[in-house]
Amino acid sequence: MLQIEAHPITLQYDLFDCIQCGKCTGGCPMAMKTRLNPRSIILRLLTAGDGFDLEGREELWDCTTCSTCSSRCPKKVNPMETIIGLRGAFVEKGRVHPNVKTALESTFRQGNPLTMPRDQRGAWAKDLGLKEYAEGTEFLYYVGCTPSYDPRAQKVARSLVTLLQKAGIDFGVLGNQENCCGSEVRRLGEQGLFEMMAEENTETYKGLGVKKMLTTSPHCFNVYRNDYPKNGMAVQHYTQVLAGLVEEKRLEFSGKLEKTITYHDPCYLGKHNGIFDEPRAVLAAIPGATLVEMDRSRQKSLCCEGGGGRMWLEGTNPSVRLAQMRVKEALEAGAQVLATACPFCLLTLDEAVKHLNAEDRLQVLDIAELAAQAL
Amino acid sequence: MNEQPTHGSNGRGPAALVIGGGIAGIQASLDIAEAGFRVHLVERSPSIGGRMSQLDKTFPTLDCSSCILTPKMVDAGRHPNIDLYTYSEVVQVTGEAGDFHARIRVKPRYIDPEKCHGCGLCAEACRLAGRISSDFNAGMGKRAAVYVPFPQAVPLVYTVDPEACVYLTRGVCGKTFKCKDACTAGAIDFDQKEVFVDVDAATIINATGFDVFDPSLRPELGYGVYPHVITSLEFERLASASGPTAGKITLDGTLPKKLVFIQCVGSRDRSLNLPYCSRVCCMAVAKQAHLAHDRIPGAEITVFYIDIRAFGKGFEEFYDRVRHEGVLYRRGNPSEVLRRGDRLVVRAEDTLLGEPVEVEADLVVLAVGIRPRADAQSVAEMLGLALDENGFFQEAHPKVGIVESNRPGVLLAGCCQGPKDIPDTVAHAKAAASAALIQMAQTQKVMATAHAAN
Amino acid sequence: MTFTPRIGVYVCHCGINIAATVDVGAVTQWAAGLPGVVVSRDYTYMCSDPGQALIQNDIRELGLNRVVVASCSPRMHEPTFRAAVSAVDLNPYCFEMANIREQCSWVHPAAETTTQKAMHLVGSAVAKAALLQPLEQRQAPTTPAALVIGGGIAGMQAALDIADAGFEVTLVERTSSLGGHVGLLHRTFPTLEPTADLLGAIVERATHHERLRVLTEAEVTAVGGFVGNFDVDIRHGHEKEKVKVGAIIVASGFDVFDARRRPELGYGVYPEVITTPEFEQLSQSEVKINGREPKNVVFIQCVGSRDQALGHPYCSRVCCMVTAKQARLVRERLPNARVTVFYMDVRAFGKGFEEFYDATRQAGVLYRRGNPSELIRRGDRVVVRAEDTLLGEPVEVEADLVILAVGMAPRADTDALAGLLKLARSSDGFFMEAHPKLRPVDTAMAGIFLAGACQGPKDITETIAQARAAAATAMIPLMRGEVTVEAATSVVDEELCAGCGQCASICTFGALTLHPTKGVMVSNAVLCQGCGACATACPSGAINVRHFTFDQVMAQINVVSDFRAPVFSAAPAEAEVASPS
Repeated sequence: MLQIEAHPITLQYDLFDCIQCGKCTGGCPMAMKTRLNPRSIILRLLTAGDGFDLEGREELWDCTTCSTCSSRCPKKVNPMETIIGLRGAFVEKGRVHPNVKTALESTFRQGNPLTMPRDQRGAWAKDLGLKEYAEGTEFLYYVGCTPSYDPRAQKVARSLVTLLQKAGIDFGVLGNQENCCGSEVRRLGEQGLFEMMAEENTETYKGLGVKKMLTTSPHCFNVYRNDYPKNGMAVQHYTQVLAGLVEEKRLEFSGKLEKTITYHDPCYLGKHNGIFDEPRAVLAAIPGATLVEMDRSRQKSLCCEGGGGRMWLEGTNPSVRLAQMRVKEALEAGAQVLATACPFCLLTLDEAVKHLNAEDRLQVLDIAELAAQAL
Repeated sequence: MNEQPTHGSNGRGPAALVIGGGIAGIQASLDIAEAGFRVHLVERSPSIGGRMSQLDKTFPTLDCSSCILTPKMVDAGRHPNIDLYTYSEVVQVTGEAGDFHARIRVKPRYIDPEKCHGCGLCAEACRLAGRISSDFNAGMGKRAAVYVPFPQAVPLVYTVDPEACVYLTRGVCGKTFKCKDACTAGAIDFDQKEVFVDVDAATIINATGFDVFDPSLRPELGYGVYPHVITSLEFERLASASGPTAGKITLDGTLPKKLVFIQCVGSRDRSLNLPYCSRVCCMAVAKQAHLAHDRIPGAEITVFYIDIRAFGKGFEEFYDRVRHEGVLYRRGNPSEVLRRGDRLVVRAEDTLLGEPVEVEADLVVLAVGIRPRADAQSVAEMLGLALDENGFFQEAHPKVGIVESNRPGVLLAGCCQGPKDIPDTVAHAKAAASAALIQMAQTQKVMATAHAAN
Repeated sequence: MTFTPRIGVYVCHCGINIAATVDVGAVTQWAAGLPGVVVSRDYTYMCSDPGQALIQNDIRELGLNRVVVASCSPRMHEPTFRAAVSAVDLNPYCFEMANIREQCSWVHPAAETTTQKAMHLVGSAVAKAALLQPLEQRQAPTTPAALVIGGGIAGMQAALDIADAGFEVTLVERTSSLGGHVGLLHRTFPTLEPTADLLGAIVERATHHERLRVLTEAEVTAVGGFVGNFDVDIRHGHEKEKVKVGAIIVASGFDVFDARRRPELGYGVYPEVITTPEFEQLSQSEVKINGREPKNVVFIQCVGSRDQALGHPYCSRVCCMVTAKQARLVRERLPNARVTVFYMDVRAFGKGFEEFYDATRQAGVLYRRGNPSELIRRGDRVVVRAEDTLLGEPVEVEADLVILAVGMAPRADTDALAGLLKLARSSDGFFMEAHPKLRPVDTAMAGIFLAGACQGPKDITETIAQARAAAATAMIPLMRGEVTVEAATSVVDEELCAGCGQCASICTFGALTLHPTKGVMVSNAVLCQGCGACATACPSGAINVRHFTFDQVMAQINVVSDFRAPVFSAAPAEAEVASPS
């Protein structure tokens, strides 16, 4: 028995506004393969009476926080946030998966969820001679944990650096001082740790006088833009910056890339923040590239199952992987390259291609990598 | 009290006969009167106002019903072109469009309307004060044998209820008439007789309104068995400032903490031969749930429904508001109400949970459907009108002929033709007025031509 | 000769409505001592005949020239008392009310402070009464003609009623034909009869009515004047004309929601996805998609309605029945096709609707509760993904024809029409009626009425009812032949007016204009509604609203601000005090 009080949750998340239309569950990618049913959870909370039992509700950890539910709700209810709230209840009771516990502790201690040492964070860039951010530098390039530490994702960071330098952008990095943004910490329900991190990071950026920030990951972009306390910083995802540079002709491609490319909209760029066109504009500017759209594009993009802490959680139905479905969709669309703009999407889709033994047919590449290739 | 009309027909032109003084009849009368024609407005009960005067607040604006109604009632009561016959009935109609003849029976009030000024001393003094069930209060309050149905009555004239008054039923009332003794205006007259008035009319508008479903026909819901199971109309009277509890939602002095509303009682029910939707109950319940939430802090309010029909202007937004206030909507049509200790239990399936549920209640409110009036059949016969399969007056065509009946010159307005809310009723009544005005303008032309020819 | 006010004060008990909370006797007593008060009485129901008789007798016998009644809201009985004093030849504007019911006894508990508040209110009414001036209520003749804007079913029905009643009507329709959206329908619910028959009869009458002039490909370009006397400019093809009318009915109709605003439903991307209006067209001939007869037809309700996220929180009222009707048409035309309707609530509320819904299900249409989240392509089909909320499971339904029940929206050009006629809009964007319950066809502009979907979504039955209602309301000033001009209107002091025009820019009724030669502003007494905005806007204090002049209002304020709570002693009254025995 893991009883919690339902009433405060129904009030906190305005669950009475729900008319039980089911649009959330109908579009939920995890409902396609697990018991997760946002509508039903809301109704159970509303009708819970004495208490809502979390026991056995492991499907609450399946949620990728893709926000399909919240973005489509006609009554402005937020099932995604409600699920995060329920995760918080689990966390308070100490009931978290060991992987999650490890990731959270590592974030607390080492400033990243990957159990990597803090003083190795800036190592990926040591031969790039990057400027350390100081007051007056135009952009802070916030690299992020995964692109800093993961070898595959580091290639994205390096590509992006090349592009920024080519365009003459004035930017600096924090190196080993960079701390995890806390996005996944919040999605995992550890609100207390998140607030602490947000406060600390905000102090750091204020102290450094950061006015403009660009990020590798849509997750970091989203949390700085939408979840952090108002800090006066203008935050952009790198695809927005590149799209601007391409339009102003400050970035031009002299190389060619004769490939058929299809773009996978990351949930945190697309569904969460409505950014669909800028990434496409960058790809469209690459000479020789043919762009094809999958059926599931833009607001219907199929979540890769990387977000919401799922990088550390297999979920209740690991035998079905949405990333593999996605790879098949890309192949069906006739693509040779599956482009994306998120390190989580990159890693999960890359892994899926390997699982399907499709490496010879489909490459998963980040937009930064493609653009850098075309320079 | 009614002067000669000042425009249009000057009292000698065509008139309209409006049967029924609820909002439909009042609105139609006012429009016709304002356009300059004479109206004979006949209302069976002692005052005009109808069902709308029984409501507390109206959806979705939460206007106080009597506050928006009484100015119209007052207008109708004093309009120079409107002859108001209250406590009266139309008993015979002959003739044809343009030339109807109607006989109105003015029932004896046993009180002289010219002398009575509505002070109420007779009612205070009556031997049966507080002993007679008040129809206006849906049986929840009590009055004397002499009464006005509600304080804003038009006309503000008392009436002796011939079925309650001891003198009228048994021939003697103690040693003296307490009412007569109390009346300073000498208005009480037990010798008053019914009077018949013959009127001519170019057109007739039937606006006789509706009754509500008697939920004892669904015995498993416990109405009439459990005192804390009431109808939505009874709830309305409890919630009204002019009602038996001055607006406190209580049956026994304590405030109910758990309220359950049940939609579709006597509607959408083929087993009872009531297949139609009563149209207003979804919104009426939303409004009542809101009132309960407003007046009873901390109340837990549940509404059991099948579909929420919040279709009109501002309705969906009002439904959003009521849910936002914390009223819990559960989909499922309850099967039965049972007693458990001193509480009631409503048994239903929550069809969205997919499970049977039991919800405790201190007060169960049944959203009873709208029905034709019990005497619709006899009114129909008198007017030569057809009724539809549900007993409502049959319109000429469901899309393009909704105010015309099967008899030329006789029009329909309001809920007598089918369930409607107030805005729909007002529009319908005005539409009937339009048809009436066309008829009367044509008749006037005919009359003028005939007059000129003489 | 200076004017000496002789004021009568009448304090109403209103049964127990006032008397149970306010000490009416004390108020009466106290009022008797106010300057100018000759008599102060109280009575149970002032609005009753005996109550009115009290006032009338005093006017006659005591030579009262101003009357104050302290009772309910003026909205209730101001006309009653004005009529009562007029009957004995006292100008109705020499009468003032103090609202000690809605503004006092009904909102406060019985307490000394409540009685004192009643005294405040009575005192300020008396102070104003002393300064009131008689005003003339004038009549203005009306033009016995009407204008109807919009030639859909609402416009035609309204126009026909007014024409039938004997008045000339001009109907202005922007497109080349009459009928509007109804002209695009195939069949109607709940009778399933061909719309063309119903509409045809109305169009026939409208085009041949001897008093109805139909102008197609025409637009109203300007409207001036006031109720009973509108001047309308119409552009008709390449010509312009001016028309004089007494009443205007707006029946400009609606637009259809653009389903591309919910991109996940695939409208405009998948050829299998169409809207209900498009199906209406399709159903008039062969129903084929991609060259084949569909085998699996899915209807999706509430597209662009009940959707706060899209700014369309309202219900479009007709779509549940439109869908049911079209589902029946599908069953008729494609007997082998499976038909599914995805819904949230089935709003079959009108006469015959629930029975029609029953029959639709009986005809084999499957109703599934759930608002679909997205459509995806699978091979040559599309798949509708939804949760069947009653099963409690996500479902995928293959379809080769998906019909979106798109909502009704205000017309894109609503702004222009609103500007022309000074019409207000409700929060849903449709034109706003004067009062949602009791005045569904009036607007705030006297003489301008609403009919049909331009005021909010409705079906044919309701549209015709409302159109006829608008006609009835419009006919009133036309039949009377005159309109009463509100007497409490603004008046410009030419000495003080600088002609700056601030008043005109704030006036929403267009009542203030610059005099062509004098350089001062002029107030049109018929257009002016007496709202007072101009008086506050004027930097020179040159505008007063009659019956609410600066002096009168200041007198009221001074009473309230200088008020000293009376001592409840038996102070001798200068005036006669009387109560009912």
